[in-house]
Order: sequence, then structure tokens, then C-alpha cells
Amino acid sequence: MKYILKKLLDMIPTMLGISLVCFFMIRMIPGDPVLNLIGERGADPARYLEMKKSLGLDLPITEQYWVYLKKTLQGDLGNSIISNNTVWSEFIERFPATVELGMVGLFFAIIIGIPLGIFAAIKRNSFFDYFLMSSSLIGYSMPIFWWGLILILVFSVKLGLTPVSGRIDFIYDIPTFTGLYIIDTLRPAVVSAEGFAPFWSSLKHLILPSLALGTIPLAVIARMTRSSMLEVLNEDYMRTARAKGMSRKRVIFIHALRNALVPIITTIALLFGSIITGAILTETIFSWPGIGKWIVASITARDYPVIQGGVLIISFIIVLTNVLVDVIYYFLNPKMRN
Amino acid sequence: MRVFLKELFFELKKNKGSMIGIIIIILATVIALFAPLIAPHDPTHIYSDYLRLPPSFTAGGNPQFFFGTDDLGRDLLSRLIYGSQISLAVGFAVVVISLVIGTFMGVIAGYYGGFIDKTIMRITDLIMSLPSILFAIVIVAVLGPGITNAIVAVSIVAIPNFVRIIRAQVMVEKSRQYVSAAKLFGAGNFRIMFIEILPNCMAPLIVQASLGFSDGILNCAALGFLGLGAQAPMSEWGTMLSDARSYIESSPWMVTLPGLCILIVVLSFNLLGDGLRDALDPRLKKQN
Amino acid sequence: MKTILFLALVALTPQMSFAKNFVYCSEGSPSSFNPQLVTDGTSITASSANIYNRLVEFEAGSTKIVPGLATSWEISKDKKTYTFTLRKGVKFHTTKYFTPTRDFNADDVIFSFDRQRLSTHPYHNVSGGKYEYFDGMEMGALMKEIKALDPYKIQITLAQPDAPFLANMAMSFMSILSKEYADKLTASNKKADMDNFPIGTGAYQFISYQKDSVIRYEEHKGYWGKKGNVDKLIFAITPDANVRTQKLKTGECQFATDPSPADIPDMQKNPKLAVLSNAGLNIGFLAMNVTKKPFDNILVRQAISHALNKKTYIAAIYMNNATPAKNLIPPTIWSYNNAVVDYDYNIEKAKELLKKAGMPNGFETEMWTLPVARPYNPNGKKMGELMQADLAKIGIKVKLLSYDWPTYLEKSKLGQHSLIQFGWTGDNGDPDNFFNVLLSCASVKAGSNYARWCNDKFNKLIMDAKTATDIKTRTKLYEQAQVVAHGEAPVVNIAHSKTFKAMAKNIKGYKLDPLGQDYLTNIVVE
Repeated sequence: MKYILKKLLDMIPTMLGISLVCFFMIRMIPGDPVLNLIGERGADPARYLEMKKSLGLDLPITEQYWVYLKKTLQGDLGNSIISNNTVWSEFIERFPATVELGMVGLFFAIIIGIPLGIFAAIKRNSFFDYFLMSSSLIGYSMPIFWWGLILILVFSVKLGLTPVSGRIDFIYDIPTFTGLYIIDTLRPAVVSAEGFAPFWSSLKHLILPSLALGTIPLAVIARMTRSSMLEVLNEDYMRTARAKGMSRKRVIFIHALRNALVPIITTIALLFGSIITGAILTETIFSWPGIGKWIVASITARDYPVIQGGVLIISFIIVLTNVLVDVIYYFLNPKMRN
Repeated sequence: MRVFLKELFFELKKNKGSMIGIIIIILATVIALFAPLIAPHDPTHIYSDYLRLPPSFTAGGNPQFFFGTDDLGRDLLSRLIYGSQISLAVGFAVVVISLVIGTFMGVIAGYYGGFIDKTIMRITDLIMSLPSILFAIVIVAVLGPGITNAIVAVSIVAIPNFVRIIRAQVMVEKSRQYVSAAKLFGAGNFRIMFIEILPNCMAPLIVQASLGFSDGILNCAALGFLGLGAQAPMSEWGTMLSDARSYIESSPWMVTLPGLCILIVVLSFNLLGDGLRDALDPRLKKQN
Repeated sequence: MKTILFLALVALTPQMSFAKNFVYCSEGSPSSFNPQLVTDGTSITASSANIYNRLVEFEAGSTKIVPGLATSWEISKDKKTYTFTLRKGVKFHTTKYFTPTRDFNADDVIFSFDRQRLSTHPYHNVSGGKYEYFDGMEMGALMKEIKALDPYKIQITLAQPDAPFLANMAMSFMSILSKEYADKLTASNKKADMDNFPIGTGAYQFISYQKDSVIRYEEHKGYWGKKGNVDKLIFAITPDANVRTQKLKTGECQFATDPSPADIPDMQKNPKLAVLSNAGLNIGFLAMNVTKKPFDNILVRQAISHALNKKTYIAAIYMNNATPAKNLIPPTIWSYNNAVVDYDYNIEKAKELLKKAGMPNGFETEMWTLPVARPYNPNGKKMGELMQADLAKIGIKVKLLSYDWPTYLEKSKLGQHSLIQFGWTGDNGDPDNFFNVLLSCASVKAGSNYARWCNDKFNKLIMDAKTATDIKTRTKLYEQAQVVAHGEAPVVNIAHSKTFKAMAKNIKGYKLDPLGQDYLTNIVVE
């Protein structure tokens, strides 16, 4: 408990730092920050003054930061210039899409990556091992924005097996419940009205983007699993277990895997950051309406309040997951507790 | 130093993967350096009569344009060749910038500890709490799109890796005898940090530099793909790829080739980095 | 007996089975759902073309004026008074956010026009108060008085005779909005909703909109006119032209607007698809902001006109589906002046002109490239690269820039650009609709004169042509105006392009609109 509290307290200075970065971001853009914020519509003097006042730009800079911080803590991240919606509501609308994509991508990376890694470790130095390790290095080096396009080219355009982009066939208007379409489409109300077609449609739309997104995590997980399995298999107690007459399978799956799992889980948790990085590119390619596409679109639109707010939320999520990883690690690893 | 390099090369030679990596890197460097001599055409010259020609070895190709032409009638091979200049230069710039700044910060943090260390580590934590591409995008959003700003952004993102590695190493080295000896002889802090300690941190630095190369190239290409990196008419691979998207169906080679180039170069640096790590990390060496 | 029953069931099933969905792959997010505020085809298709009506309409597939919300009209002898008889029993949309209690009447007409006409109108300043069409065409000054003679009779008195007036009344910005809805929003202090949650009289009504993703409409059950069989109309917003094509092929949408010219030959071979095309009523051009240096210098503008090689653009960007342009209006519009001789592609001449202008070594400038694919310019960025290469030959170093579409429109209206790619698709087939909107002095203020060029001589010619009612006189005046515009070169006319629409074979009832919009009212899904 004390550990968790300490970790959570540790978050505060980091988050303060990030809020400083976000705060100064607008002020680092050359030109008048108000004009940058309201953009073109700044021509209207009434709106200009209103904006300047609401930003508190007449106050000294430290006070401005204080005002900004207070507002942020109250959940007020400002409004988008383009749509005039609050940044928070825009985020909430898009976040489930990214969660869905990220989860499925990661799930796919785990269920393929871990068995491959184990297998490579068992068959160490075999042809399979070499093949797997070199392909995982290729996967690790993959420019996923290109990989996504190649997947579309092959599976959608040439073979016609999967949809080109989007989350679900546009004909389905699924009422939002969790925001995850693969769950929402299975709700009784939807199933009784449309059958399972919406579910299959959402699943089909998920295949290529999650494959593209999962590629790098898959490579990382396979490599990590292999090396941590190797490490465990070399430990003395493993030899002892074998000497005691335990079956090879039992040794590998019960003992080795359990001990190797700690670093693997840590690796997976640390992949959250790269999942979000990947989501930015993957969502752009597959027109996936998540936060990655949102941020990129806001940048081309120079929608600074959205960039500012979006970055703050995303970094908060990442910092929080990192803390979570530390906590899980702490509980999984008895050595650390002592 | 020479002995160190010799030994390193000896170790590397045993690793097939890293040898392949080195060969590709040398090849790419040669191509980049002699691009004007190798490229059959001016990469920005527009041959308006030859739009989107397929590669010469496929049906409909023209032997004048080995890899075909792009949508504006520019020779694709020449653009790819000149693209290697940009990619390698970008990778190099990123590594140099982030290595110099990162090493400096890392040495200071590790050596002095205390408040300085805490401040520096907070900054690196902060950068690392944002996904690299996102942070780079934000920096470019503030500075405006362009290749220089992209390099700056990607370098900043790469700094924490160097800081962490160097700091950890310096903390170990700090307690070594030669450091106390140097202190005894009255050497200044800067001398101890950069002349005595730093050379002993070379091994992890080299590994990270190699990996930093591949990250830098990949991130800059991604920025280019998002339209935030190199601007027209520069023939940067990521930008070329993003431009070719509209022709993915009618002219797939325009999409395939630039991406393949990125993959090969990034892969070669990762191969080298892997080999270097195996060669330099005694713990891993024992195991394999 | 059993078999008969079975057969009857089979025969009945198709009709009673599923709702007819129609997914339309559109090219961008609309900037507003109020047609009074927009000028771009994307927003017009998303608003006026399918959810609103005008007093008079263009007949499907032509520019002939037919009755709309007015069943008939009378024009006085002096051509200054128009009296419209309004249609009875026209219902406004009933949606989640509004239930009308009365039918359409004269109040709605007056509200719709007065919002744009009177700066004191309570709705005038809602959503920015910029009525680009209305102001650019000086409709406010033209419509001296609008009066309801009775709830179903409207009389409009003009300041002077105006030849294109009736055609203008059929244009998107003259759509009729609901006054009852406006009053309700005023009462609940949500005036801005007027432009985001539209209520009209058209065949489809608005359900929801998710920016950059999807717009949903459903059929308007009480629609007054004839319509097809679509129950749910869905706009799948797909900015990439090639992705629209791919989606059409995979069946994710049934209609792709403006598919990429590169994909046309392939689609024409596809037995499951139908591709329609016509000579578009459009112009793609490069405007030079004459209020900025050095474009205030006519020699510089002429030099640029000589330096751009249109032929390469037509081959590379339009895939040869266009003809080079020398005038602002396309040759299919009457009064096209074929005697004008275009600036030839001539680097030497261009260099000489620059030298004369005192800039032998050229200069540095910015060019804004069109961020969306349009028939008049399918790939702004690429055309920018070609122009950049051409201008580099005479020493002009161009930096290419772009913004997303709404920002692009917004910034260019304020004249923040130097060189800018733009274009125009005619809205009513009248030359006035090109010259007045794009190059008149009034349109500088309204924002649609992207060259920000106000030339007295030219302006007088087109204003005289507007008030003249005799088509011969008008033709003469427009021909002269084209000579002036050509000599002054505020814009470089690039091309008039063919437009393409691709759809699945089972879609019937679509008529290609010469004005470039997609009217989906009559769509039948088989």
C-alpha cells in the first residue's frame, strides 16, 4: 500500500512538468498566442478580447500558469477551435476506438508472440530459432505506416478479403455503450435488431489495423520471451528439477514459464507507449477514428487547444500505466518486496 | 582505443547478422555519398511524357527508368538514391545531436548526483512519458513542418536513452579506483568526467548510437509520412511513400519501393546494434 | 395452395425485407450544415442539395429552372418585381431535436433571406455572419424589398433589373430554413444549433454527424416531392480519392464522388460498377494576391502566367481528363471569348518580364496548395510541386503550404495568402456566377475573390452585363471583360476538367449535375 502511494506521489512532479510543457507550447509558437488559439476567427475583435480574458493573458505569466493548472484540474481543457466542442468530449468520443484497436493488437501480439518465444527458446540454435529471431528483427524494424499500406494492398485491394478502412460498415449505427464495437455489437438490443452481422463487420474491420499495430509488439514480445526463458532454463533449480525426474514439458511450462513471466509482463506493460505511437500511424492509414487520427488532424488544422489537451491526457494515461507496471512488478516479484 | 576497436571487430565478425548489417550500411553510405554519380537522372527533373511508368523489368517499363517513374514523371531510382542521402544524414544528425547532449547530461547527472541528477532525470522522465512520435509531432507542430525541425524533434526524443545509459555507467565507474586516483592528483571535475570516466562508458554508448540511428531514420520517415517532415521537392522516403498512397492500386511500385528502402536501412542498423550488444555485453556473451 | 402461398411469400419478401441503405463516399467534412454559409461543393452536397429546397430549383441534370417551394412566379414588365406563389402543405423535418407545428409559409422565406440581407437581423451574426455568396453577388443591395402579400405569396422588388436573378434563386445559398425552428432556438438560447443541426424541407433529414467520419440522414417521410427508395442515407467521409474507389469496389459504399482519375480506366472495366462523366462546368486556377508584393506588379503576374506549363499539369494531375483554360469560364458557357490568346509557356519571355519588373533574380514566395481533391484540381499538392519546379526555372522560389479544408477557406477569405490554388464549379450556368463571384470588387470583401483584384474597368463591364437583360448585350460585355482579365492576369487559369462519379451497378436514378453537386433525392437502390 505504501509502495503504491509513493508511486502515485511520484507521478505528481512528472505531470506538473508535462503540464508546463503543454502550457508553454502555445506560447512558444511564433506570434500572438490568442491568434494562434482562435486562428482565423481572430478577426472578430469581440471574440479576441473574450479569448484573451478567458485565457487570462493579461495576468503575469506565473499567475497564468496557475489559472491554467486550476482549470485543468477541474477538467476544463478548453474547446476545439474547429468544432467548438470541449476537448474532453472529443477525447471521450474517440478514446474507445483506440482502446479497442490497441487491445486487439496487443492481444494478437501476446497470443502469437509468447508461444513463438517459448518455442524458439526450447529449440535454441535450431533453424526455427534463427528464422524466428531474424523475422522478429525485421518486424521490429518495420516502418508500420508502410506495412499497413502493404497489408491493404494485398488483403483488401488484391484479394478483397478485408475492408479498406473504418471501424464498421457505415450502414450500422451502433448505439454507444462501452464504445468498443466488438462488445457493443453483441448487446442483446443490437443482436435482436441486426443479428451478428455488425459484430462480424467490426471484427473484419479490426483485422488489418490490429495486425499492423501488433507487429512491433509481437516482435518485442517474442524476443523477450525467448531471452527470459533462456535465462530461466539455465538456472540451477531448473537443472535440479530435471534431475529430480520431472518431465521436460512440466519443467518448461510450470516452472520456467512462471519465472519467466515477470519480465515478459513488464515488457508488455511497457509496450503501451509504443502502442499509442503505433496507433497514431495506424489510425492515419486505416482512417480509424481514434485519438491518434484526432491528434494528427488537429495538427494539420492547427487546432492548438486540442493538441494541448490531447497531449496532456495521453501522457497522463502513459504515466499512469507506468505506475501500474511498477506496482504489478512489485507484487509479482517477491525479491523486490524484501 | 585501437585495441578496443580491434577486439570489437573481431567479436562482430563472428556474428553473421551484424556483418550483413555492416555491409548494407557501407553500401548505403557509398550510394548516398556518390548519389550524383550513381543516379541516372536528376531526382527533381520532371519527364512529363513518362508518368507513372512501371519498373523497366516489368511489362510496360522503359529501360531508361529502372524502377519506373512517379506520378510527376520523376525517375524513381534516382529519387530513392537521393533519398538515402537524406535518410542517412538525418540518422547521423539525430545520433550526433542526441548523443552529445544526452552524454553530457548523463555524465553530469551520474557524476554529481543529488539535485542535479534529480532534475535531469525528471526531464528525461518527462520526455519518456510521451510516445516518441507524439512528442516529435508536438514539437513539429510548434516549430512548423520541415526536415530541420523534424531532426530537432526526433533528436530531443532520443536524448533520454543516452542520458539513462551513460548515467548508469558513470555511477558504476565513479567508485572505481582510477577515479579516486585522479582526484588525488588534483584533476578537476570536468577532466575526471570527460577524460577519465567517459572513455570507459564507450561500450553501451556505441550500442545505443547504432540503435539511435535506426530510431532516428524511422521516426523521421514517419514524420515525413504524416506530412510533417521533409517538404517537396525533396525526395525523402517517408514523404515519397505518403505521396504515393493515392496510386497504391494503379502503381503499387511507388508505394513498395520507398518503404522497402526504409525497412532495409533500419534493419541493417538494428542488426549491427544487436551484434554490438552481444559483442560488448559480457553477461550476454557468456550465455550464448 | 401451399405453393401459391410460398410463391406469394417469396414475391413479397424483397419489399418487406430490409431498409434501403445508401452509402455515399464523400470527399470531406462539411464546414457547416447551413447552405447560406458555405460555398464549397462538399458542404453544399451535405446540406442544400439533399436536405433543403429553394423557391425555384434546377431540373435534375440541367440548369433549367423549375418550380420548387414556389409553384409559379410572375415577373413584372420592368423586370424589377418578382411575385412567387408558394407551395402549400410542405412539411419541415421532424427530428429528435425539433417537431414542427406548422407547414412551410412566407415567414420562412423572409427569415431565410433576411438573415443574410439585414445586418440587424438577430441571426445575422450567428456563426460568424459571413455570407460569401449572398454578399459576393450583392444580393442584399439587389433585393430592395421582400414582402409577404399573404402567407403563400412573396413579392421581391429589385433595385435594378438583374438577368441572372431567377437562376440565383435556385442556388444553394437561397435555401429555405425554418423560422419556427429559429424562434425555438432563440428561446432556448441555442442559436448556433441552427447551422449544426439543420431542419429543412428536403427529401432527407439529418440524424447525426461525426467530424471526419460519418454523416447520417434518413428519409423525410413527409417530403412534398417525388423521391427514390432510400431510407437511410449515409455519408462516409473519405478524403482519399483512391480509398473511395477501393471502398466502392469492396462494397463499403455504393457511390464514390470524384474518384481518382488514375483509377478511372480500371473502374470502367469493372462489370459491377458504372462510371459517369461529363465536361465539368469548372475552372481550376492559381490566384495571385494583388494586394501583396510583388504580385501588385502586372509584369510579375504575366511572367508567372508564361512560366506555368499547363500541358504537364493536365497530363500528370488530371490524367488528361481536362482541357487547358485561357478564360475564367469554361467554353460550354455562353459568352466564352475564344478570341483570347492564352499566355504561351515561354520561360524566356517570363524571365524577361521579371527583369522588366526589376526582379531579374526572381524572389521567394509561398504557395498554398489545395488540401482536398476537387474535379478542378484532383491533387493540389502535386500540382504545387509541378508549379514549384516551373517557377524555379525563372528564379521564383516557392514554399508549399497547406491547411485543412475549413482553415484553408477561412484563411484565404481573409487574404492571408500570396499564391493560392483555387477553383470554381459553376452554380447556375450563368457567366455572372464566375466573374462576379471570383473577380468582382464586391467579392474581395466577401472573400471569394482570391486574387483580391478590384479593377474598375472590369468591374463596370460585369456589372453592366448583370443588369442588361438582353443576352446579346450581355455576351458582348462579358467578352470584353475576359479581354481585360486576360491582360491584367490576376489569376492563371489552369484547366477545365471532366468530372467523374462512380457507383455500383444497382444504383439507379442518379443524374449527373452539370454544376457538380450530388443530388441524391431520386436514388433508387435495386
